[in-house]
Amino acid sequence: MEVRLTVNGRERGAEIDPRAALLDLLRDQFGLTGAKRGCERGECGACTVLVDGRPTLSCLMLAVASGGRSVTTIEGLAEGDRLHPLQQAFIDHDALQCGFCTPGQILAAVACLAAGRANTDDEVREWMSGNLCRCAAYPQIVAAVRAVAAAR
Amino acid sequence: MSAVNRRDFLKVTAAVGGGLLVTINLAACRDRGAAGGAKAADPSVFVRINPDNTIVVTIPKSEMGQGVRTSLAMLVAEELDADWNQVRAELAYYDPKFGDMGTGGSSSVRQNWMPLRTAGATLRAMLVATAAREWGVDPAECTTDNSFVHHAKGDRKLHYGGLAAKAASQPIPAGVKLKAKSEWKLMGKDRIGIDVGPITHGTAQYGLDVKVPGMLYASIERTLVFGGTVTSFDKAAALAVPGVKDVVEIKGVGIGVTVHPGVAVVATNTWAAMQGRKALTIQWDAGPHAAESSESYLATMRAAVEKKGDETVNTKGDPDGVLAKSAKVISGVFETPFLSHATMEPMNCTASFKDGQVELWSPTQYPDMATAEVAKALGLKPEKVRVNLTMMGGGFGRRINPDFSVEAALVSKAIGQPVKVVWTREDDLRHDFYRPCSVHRIDASLGADGMPEAWRHRVSTPSIDVSYQEKPPEGGWGPNETDGSANMSYRIPNRSCEYTLQASGVPRGWWRAVSTTHGMFAVESMIDDLAAAAGKDPVEYRLAMIDGVWWKQPPDFPEYPFRADRLKGVLQLAADKAGWGKPLPKGHAMGISCGYDHLSYAAEVFEVSVVNDRLRIHRVVVAADAGPVVNPNGARAMLEGGIIMGLSAALKERVTIKGGGVAQKNFDSYSLLRINAAPVVIESHFVETDTAPTGFGEPAVPPVAAGLANAIFRATGKRLRTLPLDIKLA
Repeated sequence: MEVRLTVNGRERGAEIDPRAALLDLLRDQFGLTGAKRGCERGECGACTVLVDGRPTLSCLMLAVASGGRSVTTIEGLAEGDRLHPLQQAFIDHDALQCGFCTPGQILAAVACLAAGRANTDDEVREWMSGNLCRCAAYPQIVAAVRAVAAAR
Repeated sequence: MSAVNRRDFLKVTAAVGGGLLVTINLAACRDRGAAGGAKAADPSVFVRINPDNTIVVTIPKSEMGQGVRTSLAMLVAEELDADWNQVRAELAYYDPKFGDMGTGGSSSVRQNWMPLRTAGATLRAMLVATAAREWGVDPAECTTDNSFVHHAKGDRKLHYGGLAAKAASQPIPAGVKLKAKSEWKLMGKDRIGIDVGPITHGTAQYGLDVKVPGMLYASIERTLVFGGTVTSFDKAAALAVPGVKDVVEIKGVGIGVTVHPGVAVVATNTWAAMQGRKALTIQWDAGPHAAESSESYLATMRAAVEKKGDETVNTKGDPDGVLAKSAKVISGVFETPFLSHATMEPMNCTASFKDGQVELWSPTQYPDMATAEVAKALGLKPEKVRVNLTMMGGGFGRRINPDFSVEAALVSKAIGQPVKVVWTREDDLRHDFYRPCSVHRIDASLGADGMPEAWRHRVSTPSIDVSYQEKPPEGGWGPNETDGSANMSYRIPNRSCEYTLQASGVPRGWWRAVSTTHGMFAVESMIDDLAAAAGKDPVEYRLAMIDGVWWKQPPDFPEYPFRADRLKGVLQLAADKAGWGKPLPKGHAMGISCGYDHLSYAAEVFEVSVVNDRLRIHRVVVAADAGPVVNPNGARAMLEGGIIMGLSAALKERVTIKGGGVAQKNFDSYSLLRINAAPVVIESHFVETDTAPTGFGEPAVPPVAAGLANAIFRATGKRLRTLPLDIKLA
């Protein structure tokens, strides 16, 4: 069936099986591979995107359910050449090793800041606990999120 | 470098579009380059200086998050006096001319230390000579900095980019002098990762993100019982799924590769392939291992360590005799489970077979092996196989294996079209090459002075080597399984290590730091018990008996001999920085452990408390010595990441075998330590012994489990000898 939605500020449409996930739509049809396929059951957070501003596991959301909504993926986070402060902070704090989980981490962190839940290290650690990082850049991830929170 | 013929080592040519291209023959000058001797005349790594002043270094190793792009580029840039902001790193593709591209064993900096620095210094000398000629001055009057050649007297300077094309025709100088550590400008200072921008923008291309024209997607149902085979299958329902194009059987490939028998469903997109796979009906023959389980392995391994091992790995003095006469023998049995690598990016590979050749885009740590095994499986000559390296979402040893590359090549050949084989998390967890499970038994006795007099260490595991070769290596299966056990570094007059192989159908592989991850757990826990029995301080106790390692002769790496002073050095530094022996907050206790892994030294202190049976880790202090540190920021990331991965294994991870297959399916049943449970405070310290560097990727992992168990013992009096440790986090 057909689904129409806004992706990174742009209207897009596609034919998709009604049972397929938003992640499939983004990766296979729209070529937005920043959202990663890590576990397909909401355990790892690598597929995190923002749907109407809310952090969403795109592997668990039906593509058709995103119809009429606004989806932001990691590719749409920067404004032109100007990186989102969290993207810059992840670079500056080396808050990544292999980087596979990083898009999901950054989008979860965007939501963490928006929710006002980055006031302490423990708040950040609690909020970010849905996003696995096997390389364990955890200390640097906390530092990156806290640095952006402190600058606000 | 003295043995290296510089004409073989470097070639400098003008680059297309201006600039200069240097090719470096790594095989001619790596520390163990003799192995690649047949190809020694070929150039390999490239350094390109472009007219716009950018400098591009082709990285001859796989980047899997360990920061190899940054550290190897720094080796070149330091000696070149390059402007670091203009240096770029490029991933290579597989070619024998790059020498050994296998990335593992914490070897990348060690292997490239001399060749990449020498290349940088040689290039710098050529750029200086070019500028000096332009100015008509003595090159000795010129200096370099930030990609400029300066002539102080004339107050003149020239950019490398402008000099590069002319420099290409300069003779290659001999005997360039490398900088002393005190002269470093880039190295030894914190650098953030090079070229990580695409990662944070979501545009970095991992194996899973590769798309090639005409590409289809495949999902494979593999035997869930190791050693099982397909007897028949019905593909009609799968073919009826919209988008499904084909269904093909995958015959297994055995020892050394381990492609599991199964059925591949090929479709126009990932989702359709997975739906088609669910619709398959397959009849399996469970094969010879279907009755095996973690319990069955444990039962035989436990029995094995109660008697003399099938192999004696090494022996000194008369441990059996001394133990038999001892009034008091202290014993410990230590057990560890199979572990999965659980890289964040599941295995995958894209392959395109056409006209008798195959091209792959593979997130592999070992393109050399992937090339050889793909060629063998498809009946091609290796030169008909091209393996492109992609970014990879973690490796930890899993991606050394060529299975996912061979599988993709087989599917592409079967359907005659490019295909990406996508593994699910379940596929990845249930078809890994697992860190072997193990049982260790150590019996020891103390002399009148409280120091160990006898030590008998019995080990039983399903050996890793059995997954790759039919006959044991020279010296038996034991030596490679007892790294960290047979070669533990304490001076004990009567000592032995025995080994008994456990039969198993489970594929085994190299998990970050490999055998030391279980051997060091047993040894360092036992040493702590002996110190307690002797009423001695664990740090003093260790310092008093750290000696030479006693190991294979000749050693694998004679140019990097074990040095007791370096192990003592990290132990002392970790203890000092942690404030060992000083008063602690009420209820807190510290545990310590140390060890030698992959030619580097690490010691770790864990400060914990246990309240109402719940564990809190307040602070971790690590000291490591891998020689001079190229990028402290990257080295710290390896130490901290290694410690957290070690904690994850010590507290959470266990693969359970049931009915000859893996019981766990996803991260709900194979749980990893998450950010909210990882320690907040990890303090990393370096001892920079003045020697050639080794590597930081692995050595922080093996001391973790014992260090933590020792801290819990000091906090509670309870000795935990089974991993994962039977304690819950607060």
